[in-house]
Amino acid sequence: MATKKTTRRSTTKKKRAPAKKRATRKRAQAAPPKATKAKSKAKPLMVKFLRNFLRRMINSMFAKKKDIKLGIYGPPNAGKTTLANRICQDWIGERMGSVSKIPHETRAIQVKEQVTIKYDNKEMTFNIVDTPGIATKIDYEDFMGYKMKNKQAKDRAKEATKGVIEAIKWLDDVDVCLVVLDSTENPYSQVNVTIIGNLAARNIPVLVVANKTDLRKSNIRRVENAFPQYDVVGMSAHKGKNMEEFYESLFRLI
Amino acid sequence: MLTLEFVPYSEIENLASNERIDKLLGIVKQEKIVLMQGRLLPEEETLLIAETMAQIQKSFTGVEICTIYPEEKNLQFFNKFKKEMVKALIGHRDGITIIGPSSVVKEIRRNPNKVELFTLPQFGSTKRAAPKKRVKRAATKRTPKRRTVRRRR
Repeated sequence: MATKKTTRRSTTKKKRAPAKKRATRKRAQAAPPKATKAKSKAKPLMVKFLRNFLRRMINSMFAKKKDIKLGIYGPPNAGKTTLANRICQDWIGERMGSVSKIPHETRAIQVKEQVTIKYDNKEMTFNIVDTPGIATKIDYEDFMGYKMKNKQAKDRAKEATKGVIEAIKWLDDVDVCLVVLDSTENPYSQVNVTIIGNLAARNIPVLVVANKTDLRKSNIRRVENAFPQYDVVGMSAHKGKNMEEFYESLFRLI
Repeated sequence: MLTLEFVPYSEIENLASNERIDKLLGIVKQEKIVLMQGRLLPEEETLLIAETMAQIQKSFTGVEICTIYPEEKNLQFFNKFKKEMVKALIGHRDGITIIGPSSVVKEIRRNPNKVELFTLPQFGSTKRAAPKKRVKRAATKRTPKRRTVRRRR
């Protein structure tokens, strides 16, 4: 009896081993090995492709996405840190960085890990990456207009240049990106085009945020016309206006 | 005086990305505005920004850059394929790229098919320059006016 049992086990083990491996990916397709061997030879490429596609679909639907790196990019003074602060305050009750009217207030990458956002019975955990504003020129004399001393302005300019380089390097590391634009300004600036073009070239999903909609000069349509192939959300990070739509668009993007 | 330098695509076609950027920045640093045929790749544009930031000094405060190119909307499959083939064969020759030093070009405003270049007043800007502040002169001793004394006859 004992021998019989062992033989049975061994046979069942032999038969089940490949099926077990598959069961972790897709239980329904588990089949006896002999039959699969015979079929696999005759299986056309189309079936293989479909199987892989279905597997990927199921994985993407049920597998828990962990720690998505959410990059916040844009030109200086568009409201990137204000938006990051708003998200962090909404979900973890903390602020991320200081905000100022003077450009280049954020001069180094700031990362806030494990920010879990819930929307419509869905839950996702993000690592929020707040980046310095990307600019093509930085003149320390511009800072002196904000009542800064000479040395202070020079130091700020130097740090800002390093920040821009760092922000560009981080473009490769983000999974999803928010491009924050000031909706009161002309959206056709080359910096915006360059950022979005780069993200598109890297196949990174982009959500364009037209910020500062609480201001009179704000024009969301202009932003929409400038980037017609992207989803544009108008909002005010400062006043927390239209945050629901923002979260909805963010979840739709992922 | 404002100098524009034209860079045909054939001049940068065979250069590596780094060399292209060095060449363009070299011209811009001579306070010339570059008019380049075609456009840079998105990666090259970021490289240009990064390189500009790395080279910023008191005399060089950055660049203003703008690219215009024909928008290709609602192209049919065959036309799209044709365009992509042409691009792959001859490179990104369509469009034009303008790069100017920020010491000369104050701002480049781009509407979809129009470019406005605002230069600083000393380079012939049509905008009125801000009124100069009156500088107080150092107090100098005024020589009293000579009084002509009429002699009474």
